[in-house]
Amino acid sequence: MLSLRRRDIVCQEAVELVTDYLEGTLSRRSRRRFEAHLRACPNCSAYLEQIRMTIDLAGTIEPEDLSPEARADLTELYRRWRSE
Amino acid sequence: MDTDLELLARLREGDEEAFVTLVTRYQHPMLRLARSYVPSRAVAEEAVQDTWMGVVKGIERFEGRSTFKTWLFRILVNRARTAGSREQRHAPLEPQRAVDPIRFDTNGQWADPVDRWAEDSENHLEAAAWGPVLQSGLEDLPARQRQVVVLRDVEGLSSDEVCAVLEISAGNQRILLHRGRTRLREILEAQIAKA
Repeated sequence: MLSLRRRDIVCQEAVELVTDYLEGTLSRRSRRRFEAHLRACPNCSAYLEQIRMTIDLAGTIEPEDLSPEARADLTELYRRWRSE
Repeated sequence: MDTDLELLARLREGDEEAFVTLVTRYQHPMLRLARSYVPSRAVAEEAVQDTWMGVVKGIERFEGRSTFKTWLFRILVNRARTAGSREQRHAPLEPQRAVDPIRFDTNGQWADPVDRWAEDSENHLEAAAWGPVLQSGLEDLPARQRQVVVLRDVEGLSSDEVCAVLEISAGNQRILLHRGRTRLREILEAQIAKA
């Protein structure tokens, strides 16, 4: 029962499927195999979780404030563009 | 916060404040994106400024078929490409592993347990504390990976929007996203190991 089926994926393959999995572009069969692997593999589950947190963290990057000088420059340009 | 469309409506009326608000919102993301096409910060700033001029003068051409942000980034990428036009002809994408092969045993299984970064673990990730790490991590990504990760994960564009802005195929978008995200994960992991 526990013997590896020919189609089972190993961790090193699973990590390459993570993005396609999150993008929803895996074939249905590949997705099932991937999810079966995750259920059996706490390491790959943790890895997927790390990728999710990486994505979430990237989404928290805040733009820095514009310097007052840059703002003044652009305002002046705006007036010029408008009047041209 | 005013939506882009509200600001745009006011911009059509010539509202200077609306312009400043839009610039404040997008200047840094635009600089970051432009910087991945051109050799210097000064040239990037020029491309961004050109883009704003294009917006102000061409605002009637925005038809709302895409979001304002996508429209804006498309203009920018066009200008930045022109400015950086010693155009690095895109080499075909070389294979690259998501995770260093050394981390796996000969059966392709993890050699050592993978850490959980969960909320309550000692590896807890405090968003604020990671800002600088992520910023410098993004800088370290190869340009094309950085473009995709910035647009998708930082700016929140959809994959279709990213393909439209960067004029790349859906397949290449995914490959670049995969590499960029996995590389960023490695950078975070290295930082956590140091902490």
